[in-house]
Amino acid sequence: MKVLVPVKQAAVLEGDFELEDGVLDRDSLDWQINEWDEFSVEAGLRLVEAAGGEVVVATVGDEDAEDALRAALAKGADRAVRIWDPVLEDADPLAVAHVLAALVERERPDLVLAGVQSSDAANAATGVALAGLLDWPRVAVVRSIEVEGGSLTVERELEGGAAEVLRLELPALLTVQTGANEPRYANLRAIKQARQKPLEVVDPGALGVDEVALETAAGSRLVSLAAPARGAGATLLQGGAEQVAGQIVEIVRERMAS
Amino acid sequence: MSDGVLVAGEVTRQGLRPGTAELIAAGVKLKEEGAGSLTVALIDVEADAHVDAVNLAGVDEVLTIGAVPERFEAHVAQAALETLIEQRRPRIVLAGHTFASLGFMPAVAARGSHGFASDATAVSCGPDGIRARRGAYGDRLVAELEFPGKDTVVVLLREGAFEPAEGAGSAAVEAVALEIADRARTERIELRDPPAGDVDITAADFLLAIGRGVEEEEQVAEFEELAGRMGATLSASRPLVDAGWISRDRQVGQSGTTVTPKVYLALGISGAVQHLAGMSKAKTIIAVNSDADAPIFSVAHYGAVADLYEVADELRRQFDE
Repeated sequence: MKVLVPVKQAAVLEGDFELEDGVLDRDSLDWQINEWDEFSVEAGLRLVEAAGGEVVVATVGDEDAEDALRAALAKGADRAVRIWDPVLEDADPLAVAHVLAALVERERPDLVLAGVQSSDAANAATGVALAGLLDWPRVAVVRSIEVEGGSLTVERELEGGAAEVLRLELPALLTVQTGANEPRYANLRAIKQARQKPLEVVDPGALGVDEVALETAAGSRLVSLAAPARGAGATLLQGGAEQVAGQIVEIVRERMAS
Repeated sequence: MSDGVLVAGEVTRQGLRPGTAELIAAGVKLKEEGAGSLTVALIDVEADAHVDAVNLAGVDEVLTIGAVPERFEAHVAQAALETLIEQRRPRIVLAGHTFASLGFMPAVAARGSHGFASDATAVSCGPDGIRARRGAYGDRLVAELEFPGKDTVVVLLREGAFEPAEGAGSAAVEAVALEIADRARTERIELRDPPAGDVDITAADFLLAIGRGVEEEEQVAEFEELAGRMGATLSASRPLVDAGWISRDRQVGQSGTTVTPKVYLALGISGAVQHLAGMSKAKTIIAVNSDADAPIFSVAHYGAVADLYEVADELRRQFDE
């Protein structure tokens, strides 16, 4: 079984960011592997450990995004592919899905496991958009996966804690929810060995995706960024822990009595 | 040339999703801004039963698509929306940013090369064309998006972003026959209700909620003890439930439970969108977080930028007095 896991190096905005004329200074960003992808990588590793095969991790991102790929390789993924062209900076989920679709056509995996969403943009769209472009069956927001022959049995999360168990045929795409499993940690030896594993860098053109196609595929264009209007905002409780707790006690007693 | 607003209503096991009236409100606003007539589509075997509930002031047309499987099936829903968009060429398609929508709307947008924005908190139609706003960088910033060159733009709206539409309308109602029932690509094996727990956090007047700020599993018991001392019920945000530190029946949020207590005291919860969806209607929200930029402060009535352990220790001491 061949499993392709698209991952994302997600941005974390530091407290003292700089925003000028609606443009963010990118030095205000830290990077870490998207939390959801920890679970999709783990799910892929477990399926291949049980059934044999290969886990390929892929990302659309610049050189910094290789950290996410190396982390997955250290955990046991077999090889990695990074797709990049500077025009993909700020690419929206539909453009990213378009690029990934070209990779899936080349790799022909049995299963694609994406995270439900990314911790920075939280579009929750790339995986299902990709399945749409491939015309593959898919299930979004999955918290358990079983493979039997050519079919999958998965549990899809519904709002309010309910779940739906579904069966679908491979090839298929799932978006994996946090908590679906317990992601493993890589040991130092594995982290070192991961440096020897293949990490291929390709540009979209090599996959047959030109700039015009990317522009057509993109679902939106960023006009500007702004700090959110905080509405009325919270009344700040001042002082040290003792004073803060004292005020909380007072508010709680007053509100619970009313 | 595309024209009009198409609202995709959502019918769940519990009936028409309340968020559908919010989508209609957004549709009415877009109509007033010149986006064209407002159509609401209901794709469900029971669609007919919900026509009156979506026939609200400003709605021009209600479409019912009833020849579908008895349950929601994402690939059937996708086929229905694709066909409706092809037939009617709406300028804007509105749906909720819900688990159901997430299973098919991104596919509809990608396949049609439409404009697309998910989890949007605002949408407008003006001289600059269609614009949408959504959170960026974990909701710490707001992004304004445009959709150049797109005839149709699909927008998934965050629930609660619009006040529900009200007032009876006088829409034309039409049953639309689409040959899509055989487009299902998943088979339902089972529907599982939420696990019955021994705690009903929806019944509590006072919830003490803990989140990622809690660093060790052993500390959960200490917060449970604190909750007991304060007369509160302990609840949690998703990360602690995912980690297995606390049972799922105590989870507040989109995939957990929606709560409306008198007091919600959040310790070490940054306030992911999915969490805020489950608690923002609490009457009094008090948030303690060491990060002054945590999104929870945007819904809290009282906030303290402080170390949750220090505050918890003080609460323990002062509630003893």
